[in-house]
Amino acid sequence: MHAELEHLGFSIVTVALEKDPEDVRPFIERAAPTHPSLIDTDWVVADLYNAVNVPSVVWIDEEGRIVRPNDAVFVTGTWTRAHGVDHERHLRRIRRWATTGEGAMTAEEAARRQPVPDADHQQARAEFGLAQWLARNGHADRAEAHFARAGELAPHDFTIRRGSLPIRGIDSRGDEFREMVVDWVGKGNPYYELLED
Amino acid sequence: MAASYARDVTLTVLDQGRVTVVDGSVGGGRVMVDDVSLTRATGFVRKPEGLCRGEVCIPVRPGSGLDDNAVDLVAVASVLGRPIAVDEDAGAVYLGPAATERAAVLRSGRAPDFTLPDLDGRLHSLSDLLGRKVVLAVYGSW
Repeated sequence: MHAELEHLGFSIVTVALEKDPEDVRPFIERAAPTHPSLIDTDWVVADLYNAVNVPSVVWIDEEGRIVRPNDAVFVTGTWTRAHGVDHERHLRRIRRWATTGEGAMTAEEAARRQPVPDADHQQARAEFGLAQWLARNGHADRAEAHFARAGELAPHDFTIRRGSLPIRGIDSRGDEFREMVVDWVGKGNPYYELLED
Repeated sequence: MAASYARDVTLTVLDQGRVTVVDGSVGGGRVMVDDVSLTRATGFVRKPEGLCRGEVCIPVRPGSGLDDNAVDLVAVASVLGRPIAVDEDAGAVYLGPAATERAAVLRSGRAPDFTLPDLDGRLHSLSDLLGRKVVLAVYGSW
């Protein structure tokens, strides 16, 4: 899509939240993207944009303004049965914005629909940041309590709860993840927070 | 100031990406450092009007945990509304950005800039793409 729309002044930028760039290298090399494909080992972009799950997509206009805040947008059909999101619809919407400019929100609407973090969520991110540092610096045992505290403070943030699993040496698609989602959804919460049309 | 349960440690302070190692003491929910260490780790400097960094000054009252050349980083974070995570055993603290600051930036509609490497280690900034429409997609291999 990037190569197809690049001449219109459109770019895709992907940011992978990874404990180690090597974890995502096979994905990126297989996709061979022509757009910037970046690695974020410190969850910097998750914090700056208040992303709470992956994928999370933001539209930014020519003046550097957010014209569509965080949305769970899938660009392949791989997980459609699991999440029920029609990825083709999202792709059409992006293509239309790139070609005609239609679909951008007004500043007022974008601000109103922009999810922002509360103090507990930022505390969770601090606990997560400390836990990452501990895990990387020979204190994996100490890190566990801070990962757990982060998840308690921000139970809706799966960049923290699921994203911490590989750092802790746990399978991110295994039982621990499944139990996490079953518990969260069982309490009446959405796993993916989608913007409505 | 240092209570009997405080323990001297080599302290690693993580302040929004900056890592500084200073001497300090921890215990009882406090993380004490001297003024020089405070400045090295956080950029705050003691002045007559309080502890200051740029335009921001924290007033210092007796017993506030900020007086006597001994500063409690937990008290500093609390006054600033910033989160602080502490591991006393490992001697490490993480100071994060305030929720109010994050919310203000996001509600302003300005897309926060960032600079990150690609797989080859080349750095890219979002601001390099000003003048273009950008779809920013955050994902993970997990």
